[in-house]
Amino acid sequence: MTSTLTPVRKRSALTKGQLPKYAPYVVLAVALVLGAAILALIGFNAFGWGVVSAILFAAGLVGWSAAVEGSRKAKDKLATCLVVGSFLIALLPLISVIWTVMVNGIPGLITPGFLGKSMNGVTGVYDNRAAEEGGPVLGGIYHALLGTVEITLLATVISVPVGLLTAIYLVEYGNDRPVARAITFFVDVMTGIPSIVAGLFAAAFFFAVVGPGTKTGAVAAVALSVLMIPVVVRSSEEMLKIVPNELREASYALGVRKWRTILKVVIPTAISGIASGVTLAIARVIGETAPILVTAGFATSINTNVFGGWMASLPTFIYTQILNPTSPSNPDPSSQRAWGAALVLIVLVMLLNLGARLIARVFAPKAGR
Amino acid sequence: MSKRIDVKDLNVYYGNFLAVEDVSINIEAKSVTAFIGPSGCGKSTFLRTLNRMHEVLPGARVEGEVLLDGDNLYGPGVDPVTVRSQIGMVFQRPNPFPTMSIRDNVLAGVKLNNQKISKGEADALVERSLQGANLWNEVKDRLEKPGSGLSGGQQQRLCIARAIAVEPQVILMDEPCSALDPISTLAVEDLINELKDQYTVVIVTHNMQQAARVSDRTAFFNIAGTGKPGKLIEFAETSTIFNNPSNKATEDYVSGRFG
Repeated sequence: MTSTLTPVRKRSALTKGQLPKYAPYVVLAVALVLGAAILALIGFNAFGWGVVSAILFAAGLVGWSAAVEGSRKAKDKLATCLVVGSFLIALLPLISVIWTVMVNGIPGLITPGFLGKSMNGVTGVYDNRAAEEGGPVLGGIYHALLGTVEITLLATVISVPVGLLTAIYLVEYGNDRPVARAITFFVDVMTGIPSIVAGLFAAAFFFAVVGPGTKTGAVAAVALSVLMIPVVVRSSEEMLKIVPNELREASYALGVRKWRTILKVVIPTAISGIASGVTLAIARVIGETAPILVTAGFATSINTNVFGGWMASLPTFIYTQILNPTSPSNPDPSSQRAWGAALVLIVLVMLLNLGARLIARVFAPKAGR
Repeated sequence: MSKRIDVKDLNVYYGNFLAVEDVSINIEAKSVTAFIGPSGCGKSTFLRTLNRMHEVLPGARVEGEVLLDGDNLYGPGVDPVTVRSQIGMVFQRPNPFPTMSIRDNVLAGVKLNNQKISKGEADALVERSLQGANLWNEVKDRLEKPGSGLSGGQQQRLCIARAIAVEPQVILMDEPCSALDPISTLAVEDLINELKDQYTVVIVTHNMQQAARVSDRTAFFNIAGTGKPGKLIEFAETSTIFNNPSNKATEDYVSGRFG
């Protein structure tokens, strides 16, 4: 009889010296209660409660862990607390911005005619009446939305070919020549150009070429292209670089010319990344205010022609509605319209980001059996 | 349908670095020629000079002559694209085009060059090439699926099908089996045996048994030391190289005493 008895224990010897699973929740509850108590002594506020509770939670969990599990596990817990804490801090402004814009923007957005009407003929008289008698706020952002879409579209039409071709030159033909290095350097410099300077450049350029005081949507589109091109070059360059060289060689070995290889093998392989990079570049410039103010001016009526006349856009609409309310004595209707426009702008940017992901997925090389 | 290659006094450079020195070799039409030798001795570099793929790398150049049935590949005015359409290549790692289906991968040589081809001809070419690469039965029901979904061995045979679809005179293979399992390797070796009825095949391999199994003639390359150029040491019938080599270094290498 050489059978060995398995000792019956409540917990495995291998899990000895570990905090129970519920430990973080217990510490969190204690920290919240203690935090509330401390804050009650000096005057309660939600922000302080959160901060004090977070510190108490981290200290409590790390201390308990050090006592039960030893220093290695305690350090691990501390690092986890720091990482999660940083993440929450980073998330806070984002959620706060979205929340504020939603709360302030939805009343404007659901006003009838907000998306379908311009500000043409809407004067302070109507705003005063709306503010004093509680009627609906008149006027909308149709002209600004149209301007933003047209200006951004034209900027994209200018930037994408220039940016993509530059990236193709740099990756496929540049070979690290002095010219290529110079282009890379100046693209980097362009990335850092303040947007107002881009606006001034476009304005000055058109003043010199077309005539003084030229302010149209097209000028704004040129200003936005100056900001967009380096972003498109950079992102396309990265995407083209990660196309494996083996694919290029496979194509050359089939007797395919270089330009065909680039057009039919390299670009299709990289297209999902390029497309999402372009979409993100659009999202980057769609909210630019300063360059549009100095290049497209400001309009209250609908202007569908990007090449003639002043043009409104969402950012400049927000700017003027807040700074120069339609009715100076009753700025509330104007600020309601501004918040509504801000919400539309954020939704546009979100849609563009979602679009970028969708494009990346649609164009991605398919794997499947 | 197949042509011979004669190389005369070829020096291969990367910039100023002489990678392969003074190679002269005659590769017979409709035969399999194997290049063996230790890593870094310049076999692959030399192979890539045979269809002007070497010069794709920045700074790479050659001196000397490579004659394809008497025409110098490196003569003035020769278009490398014409050369490559006559001398196909299969690479070490399978590299099907990820954006294309199996069918489009086989037709890549035609489609990428924008040659017009009717659907019936295309279907026939796909079937002929895939059967030539011993892959037809495995993929005939899923020609529209992406080529990247195949196994490694199937991908490599797809690359071979892609290479023979453009009907080259010569097929160069750069360690085509180094990423494959023994069963896929066997399939590729069988294929090489069939290919030599129609094509001139040149294969670089690290596997001496493979060289002995598939090739008619074998070239042994060696390198004197790091930074020195690789050289062609001995070139003879495969049986001679493995059983009765005239050079001491060759004998040491094939018998496993070094390398």
